Amino acid sequence: MLLEVQDMSVAIGGVTPLDGVSFALDRGQIHGLVGESGSGKSLTAMAIMGLLPLIGGRIIGGSLKFDGHSLQRPETELRKLRGRRIAFITQNPMTALDPVRQIGGQVDEVAMMHLGLDRKAARERTIEILKQLRISSAETLVRSYPHELSGGMKQRIVIAMALAGEPDLIVADEPTTALDVTVQAQIIHILTALVRERGLGLLLITHDMGVVAQACDLVTVLYAGRVAEKSTTSTLFQAPRHPYTNALMASVPRDDMAIGELKGIPGFVPSVAGYPPGCRFHPRCSRKTEICAGSLPPLLAKDKESALACHNPLDGAQP
Amino acid sequence: MTEILRLENLTRVFNQPNGAFGKPRQMTAVRDVSLSVNKGDVVGIVGESGCGKSTLARLILRLVEPTSGRVFHDGTDITQLSHRALQAARKNMSMVFQDPYSSLDPRYTVADCLAEPYVVQGAKVPEGRIDTLLSQVGLSRAMAQSYPHQLSGGQRQRVGIARSIALSPNLLILDEPTASLDVSIQAQIVSLLKDLQDAMGLTYIFISHDLGLVRYFCNRIVVMYLGAVVEEIPHPDCPPQHPYTATLMASTFAPDPKLRKELVALEGEIPSPFNLPRGCAFVGRCPRASERCKFEQPVLALGPSGQPVACFNPIGA
Repeated sequence: MLLEVQDMSVAIGGVTPLDGVSFALDRGQIHGLVGESGSGKSLTAMAIMGLLPLIGGRIIGGSLKFDGHSLQRPETELRKLRGRRIAFITQNPMTALDPVRQIGGQVDEVAMMHLGLDRKAARERTIEILKQLRISSAETLVRSYPHELSGGMKQRIVIAMALAGEPDLIVADEPTTALDVTVQAQIIHILTALVRERGLGLLLITHDMGVVAQACDLVTVLYAGRVAEKSTTSTLFQAPRHPYTNALMASVPRDDMAIGELKGIPGFVPSVAGYPPGCRFHPRCSRKTEICAGSLPPLLAKDKESALACHNPLDGAQP
Repeated sequence: MTEILRLENLTRVFNQPNGAFGKPRQMTAVRDVSLSVNKGDVVGIVGESGCGKSTLARLILRLVEPTSGRVFHDGTDITQLSHRALQAARKNMSMVFQDPYSSLDPRYTVADCLAEPYVVQGAKVPEGRIDTLLSQVGLSRAMAQSYPHQLSGGQRQRVGIARSIALSPNLLILDEPTASLDVSIQAQIVSLLKDLQDAMGLTYIFISHDLGLVRYFCNRIVVMYLGAVVEEIPHPDCPPQHPYTATLMASTFAPDPKLRKELVALEGEIPSPFNLPRGCAFVGRCPRASERCKFEQPVLALGPSGQPVACFNPIGA
């Protein structure tokens, strides 16, 4: 396994926004991490990247392994991995780009720092990567500043920065959320091709079920800091077992839905300071029984790829 | 069918004055848009960022003054009304904004927000009206004394909707009302809008970048690209005729792994609105472009399947 998150819990201040999160990702796979705002998706990404100290968080339980080695190590060692073997793509490309420096230099820097290339070799590599990302006039583009580029182009530069260190794993946190659909399709196309051609692992964090259905091999559904359900993409969409997954699917408009068929989920995602007792979804759940309010359902693995945390799951029969 | 809204050749040009850098320049945010909307319609306006959909929404309510063209609401040309007459006319039309946090005053309670339309019109809030409005949008009466920061995003948008229907308008402009909400909440809001429409006989102009949502919720769809209408789709099931609409559909991922798209890399990017190509605005990205498209601007005309399309080489021709 390239990345193995086992029963990981994260604390910030007095609260525990992530509680027993487990999932795994192999080379050549796209693993989707989905959930609504406040479910802990971005926090999971920060934990993997070793960035929790920046927001005053720490891992208080479980383990985090990359290529067989623990990721819970000193910052000096993490720095050698970050940007080199594990790359990070953020939602807003402007948080990753320096507004006052030409983009070429920003991409060069990664190869210079991590691969030890000199300036000239790094620039050649940058132009080669930009061309692989189908950026036509790469030689002139390297001299532009971020504000001169469109949102889609900026995100491609961030992807180029991620690729410059020749990573094994890319963690992409909502990489297309800020983009228009035609540009989103381009970026998903690029990311999917990278995984298939280079055998990278991609952890794709998104709230968009369309993106999940299009790109992911495996999906982990988070709700209020816990894993609700984990499965292959096709099983999850055809026969969701957790009532939350099922309700989430019914909230997304489909072409075959008649008006009035779209059902939301009543209530809203609880905040980390006010998680209800028992199953965290039970106040919004249509299948709740007495036990749901009293005890937290454990995450039980069914096989290597799927797991479920629910007292009253749907039968999973395919419609 | 009664016509409730008619737009005639609506155009808005924004001037960028001479700043610290560069010369003054102009952009046409909305170009020559004409549209007729009947009572009870739900018209979806879709397009990507910068296509002019939000400016169009504001033009319809005259929150932005048109450079040229007319807007008829209930037969009255609101572009010609005096300030006072316009204010009276606005009783019958209203808007729901994208971000319910910035469109609600943080120092107003929910009750104050809902009373504000009456204050603006110089009227008294009818007895029990606030409670009725709250229950119409599915909020409890106890919430009347809450402040926006105490509400969730979905609850805030419900307040925004309650405020927009306070004066019982017949036309609502919804500018991306669910874009900042989670899907489970978006679905709640959309079904609330549907219920309100059935109960009050409202007409909606629903502005969105989400083609899937628009196809679900609207009975007519208008597609915009860089300020102009490129296609009108009279029914959500009608196939697209404009290559841009087709591209938009091909780029929208269905929430179903069985309907995965074979992704083709679409070339090019949306051109800058300050520097539009001479011919069709879509020419640089269009798979069906011909020589004529580079030099001549297509206008909206009935296409091969009888729906209005602005294209020299429409699909199905």
